[in-house]
This record gives sequence, C-alpha cells and structure tokens, in this order.
Amino acid sequence: MVNPAPKPYSEADVNGGEINVQGINRIFKDTEGKDIVALESVDLKINPGEFISLVGPSGCGKSTLLRLITGLDTPTGGELYLDGDKINGPHHERGLVFQDPTLFPWLNVYDNVASGLAARKILKEKKYEVSEYIHLVGLEGFEKSYPHQLSGGMAQRVALARALVNHPKVLLLDEPLGALDAFTRMQMQDELVRIWQQRGTTMILVTHDVDEAVYLSDRIVIMTPRPGKIQEIMNVSIGRPRSRNHPDFLRLRTKILEKLHFAKENNLSYYI
Amino acid sequence: MSSQAANIEESTSLSPALSEPAIKNKKILDKRIVLILPLIALITDLILHLSLPNKQSFTTTKVYPSLLKAFLAAYLLVLILSFFIKPLFTKLIERAPLLTAVFLFLELWDIVTLKLKLLPLPYFPGPDKVLNSLTADWQLLGVSVLYSLRLLVVGYAIGSILGLTAGILMGWSKKWNYWIGPLLKVIGPIPATAWIPIAMTIFPTSFWASVFLITLAVWFPVTMMTSSGIANVRNAFFEVARTLGADRKYLIFRVAVPAAFPMIFIGLFMGLGASFLTLIVSEMLGVKAGLGWYINWAQGWAEYSKVYAALIVIGVIFSSLITLLFKIKDRVLIWQRGLIKW
Ligand SMILES: Nc1ncnc2c1ncn2[C@@H]1O[C@H](COP(=O)(O)OP(=O)(O)OP(=O)(O)O)[C@@H](O)[C@H]1O
Ligand SMILES: [Mg+2]
Repeated sequence: MVNPAPKPYSEADVNGGEINVQGINRIFKDTEGKDIVALESVDLKINPGEFISLVGPSGCGKSTLLRLITGLDTPTGGELYLDGDKINGPHHERGLVFQDPTLFPWLNVYDNVASGLAARKILKEKKYEVSEYIHLVGLEGFEKSYPHQLSGGMAQRVALARALVNHPKVLLLDEPLGALDAFTRMQMQDELVRIWQQRGTTMILVTHDVDEAVYLSDRIVIMTPRPGKIQEIMNVSIGRPRSRNHPDFLRLRTKILEKLHFAKENNLSYYI
Repeated sequence: MSSQAANIEESTSLSPALSEPAIKNKKILDKRIVLILPLIALITDLILHLSLPNKQSFTTTKVYPSLLKAFLAAYLLVLILSFFIKPLFTKLIERAPLLTAVFLFLELWDIVTLKLKLLPLPYFPGPDKVLNSLTADWQLLGVSVLYSLRLLVVGYAIGSILGLTAGILMGWSKKWNYWIGPLLKVIGPIPATAWIPIAMTIFPTSFWASVFLITLAVWFPVTMMTSSGIANVRNAFFEVARTLGADRKYLIFRVAVPAAFPMIFIGLFMGLGASFLTLIVSEMLGVKAGLGWYINWAQGWAEYSKVYAALIVIGVIFSSLITLLFKIKDRVLIWQRGLIKW
C-alpha cells in the first residue's frame, strides 16, 4: 500500500505554519441555557512543521480546539493565529480530516481528491497533483470508484489525499484512524509520518490512542476535562523511525497513561 | 431484475449440492416449457378470433389478426435467437409467463366483447375495433400527441426551473424561506386544476393558461422536495468543503444541490405525475387540441374505441417519459442506489 512518491512535490519545500493559541475560552450553552466550559484559558504554541498530538478523556475539548483552529467555530474569548495572522473563518491553509471521512458521496475518488482544487478554481493548472496524491495514498486504480464502494481505510486515505492536495500549512486530524482495524491503522500511521516528513506540514492530531500519539508526535498535549484545560505538554525525544517496543517508547507510554490516571488501575492501552 | 431472479433460482438449485442431476435436469425441462406458453396463447387467440362467430355487429378487419401474427412472428424470432444468446434466454424464461398473461388477456377481451357481447356497446369495443381506430385515426392522434407534448414540455420545464430556483433559495436562506414558505403552504396544496376557470380568463390563449396550470402543478412538489432536501444536507459536508476553500457558489451548487439530489428527484417525479394529470384535465376543459381534447371529442361522438386508442397512446407516452426521467436519474445518481424503482 505504501508507495514511494513518483517525484518530488512541487511545493514540497513549503514549510508548515505556526499556530498560536492565546488565552482561548469556549463556552457552550446546554439545552437549559447553562454554561458548558469546553475550553478555559488555553495557551498553545505549535511550531512550524511540528507533529503535535492532543490526548485526554472524552469531553475535554480536543475537537473543540481543533474546530477553533480550522475556523469553523469561533472562541468565546482569546485569539488564534496562523503565522501571526488572526484566524477568522475556514481557509484551505488549514486542512481537516475527521474521524468519519465525510467524502462527498456524489463524487468518485478522483473528483473527491480534486474537490479542493476545483473549489479554489485551480484544478486546471494542478491536475497532475490529483493523480500524484492518489498515488501517494496508494489508491491508483480506484479513481473511478464511488465512496460507497470503498473500505473504511480506503475512504480515510481519500480524505487524507483530499486535504493534502490543497497543500495546507497545517493539517488538523480529529481521530482520523479511530475507526480502522489495528493493522490498517499502523499502516496509515507510517504513511502519515512519511507524508509529514516529505511535506513538512504542521500536523495536529487528536487521538485516544496513546501508542499512536507516542509513535507519531514531537510533543503530546495532555488535556483535562470540566473545564477543558491543558494539563501538561510532554516532549517525545525518541529518534525516528520509532519502534513500538523500544524501552524509551514503553516508558513514555506508561508515563502518559499514568498522567491520564489509567495505567495504574488497568492495562488498557487506550481510552475510548 | 431478471438476472436477480435467475441467481436466486440457481442458488436454490445449487444448495443441495450433491442431489442427483436428474432433479436438476427436470428443473431445466420445466423452465423450458414456459417458453411454449406464449406461443400456445397466441395461436389460440388467432384460432378463436378467426373461427368463433361474432356477436358484436362490427365488421371485423384483418388488423387484429395481423397484429397477432406479427406478435407470433416476433416471438418466434426472439425464441430462436434466445437459443444462441444466453442472456436473452434467461430473460425470455423470466418474461414468458407475463407475455402469456398479456396474450390471454387479449383473448379474454376479444371473447367477452366481440365474440360473446357480454359487455354493453358502445362502451366496450373489441380489440380489433380499438386497433382499427388507432390505425385509421393515427394522423389526428399524432397531431394530438404533438400538441400535448408541446404543452407538457413547456409547462414542465418552466415549472421545474421555477421549483428548483425557489427550492434552492428556500433551502439555503432563512430570509427566502420566510417569504416563500407561506406562499408554498397556501398555494401549493390547491390542485392546479382548480385554477382552470381563473387561468382560462386571465391568459390570452388557452395554451398559456394550460402552461400556467402545469407550471403550478410541477412547481409545488419540486420546490417542496428541493428545499427540504437542501435544508437536510449534513452539515459536515459544508464544513469539509469550507476547509477545502469552497466559496458560497461552490457550497450551493457543488455541495448542497448534489447532496439533495435524491430528494430533488422525488420532487421532479411527483411533479411529472402532477403535470400529466393537469395536462389531460386542462385539455379536456379548455384547450382545443391534444390527447385530453381528443378523448373528450371521441366521447362526444360516442366513439369509445377511439377513447381506448387514446388511452393506449397516453399510457405509452407517459410511461416512456417516466422511464426517461429514471434513465436521467440513474445517470446522475450512480453514487446512490435504491431510491424509487420504476
Ligand atoms: N456544539 C456544541 N454545543 C454544546 N456543547 C458542546 C458543543 N460542542 C462541544 N460541546 C461540549 O464541549 C465539551 C467538549 O467537547 P469536545 O467535542 O471538544 O470533546 P472531545 O475532547 O473532542 O471529546 P471526544 O474525545 O469524546 O471526542 C463537551 O462537554 C461537549 O458536550
Ligand atoms: Mg472529539
């Protein structure tokens, strides 16, 4: 499935963007009009080209933070910046991949991948890139297939290619591999690392899988719920390519699980 | 359909995998017998028609027997071809009982009317008489078809364009929904044909009055289904499109409309049905041309065979139009299956 890139990408040297989250609050109202503090005074600086993961129990505001960075949601207080420019509204510089691939069911694989370029009216000039990215995620031969004909892993790879073809400075991934089986999941993790190393895109990944976070990230942001806050940021100073059995890997993994208050009570490797 | 039926039969005969081949053979024999049934039905049709004395006082012509002979020849041709073309063979086996039923119905019709006169004239002419009307009056029928189609196409086109526009506006924007919604709720449920007296006086020609009526009939379901289709598009599609750099035009025409197309299609289908009804009724009541007028005119002369002839023509044309609409749907909606079957 993992194919070498056919040729160096034209914009490969476009470096990732720098994200600055400053004093973000996000308060929702529940049905009775009471406040739900999804995020409270969150500060986070993400370096250009960094791979960062957000982990934490359900409801701690990970998706909320991601949606704020995409610009699909606006904070109640505080500000977000991409390379020093204030974020207000979605932009193709900040790509998004959900857990549910959300492919456009009326478009085939090729047109799904091309949809970003089509929406930006630059498809004609960049047509060759569509095929390049379909190749990159190992889906050539499936260009004419419709989403309902794809497996979950294939659909997720299409979603990834669709986001990547836009050359985002920042790629936001909200549990993109959550629905996949363990084997496909590990394959996709390697693919993510490869794409990230090749492209230098800033990656922000939300995951429930601590192994995944340790395997992929430069830094791991541990969040706590009610109200959603950053508890701690951990550096992952393990050389790449990483091995899941390396003692450093296992040590860090245990440490993070402890922080999440789970390792001691049982051996669950992820929290769902 | 046909291949499905064949598959089911195959799998049932395969499941007792080791049963004697004799049973299998017998099954195939049984299947083949079905192929003879339409032949038998057609030949008895012919013999009975030609040999039994007539009770209805029409002079019979050669038209009906010629039709039966044509059927016979066509069926024999297909039968012979089917021995060489496997898919045709399975299809023919699947269709043979239905064909037999159709031919038996013709026979029943012929006997009950022409031969035994069990049903009163002039309301129930025999097949030969109806066929004669069809062939003898083809010019007037043809002109009527053209008039009807012209009205239908113009009315349906305007109605669906207006319906799509209103539906998209309503589904997309709260403001438009606020203004068009009540109009739709009050005017929509009134059957378009109820406007006939008013339309006939307001419009300069009965043609444009009827176009107006058909437009109204089509507009309602198309608007309704388009707007609710668009309003119910999953928000995630819009969010993804926006992160991909989509502008409003893209969101409406490349996300909302295709996502809503299954619903829009139901609206177009309902609109087509409503347009048929409105067309025929307004032709019967106001327009001096077209198939609706033809039926009325034939009834005025008590020529019921012509009424039946017109009904046959209407059936064929409207059914073809629906088939056409579904063909278009299949093209546009390859990404979705099992909406409504035709
Ligand atoms: N649109 C909304 N309206 C009201 N409350 C919301 C909304 N979105 C999120 N919340 C609330 O904000 C909190 C954080 O939600 P969020 O989806 O960010 O959690 P999460 O960390 O992504 O959880 P999970 O791991 O289960 O996906 C939750 O308590 C949730 O109920
Ligand atoms: Mg979430």
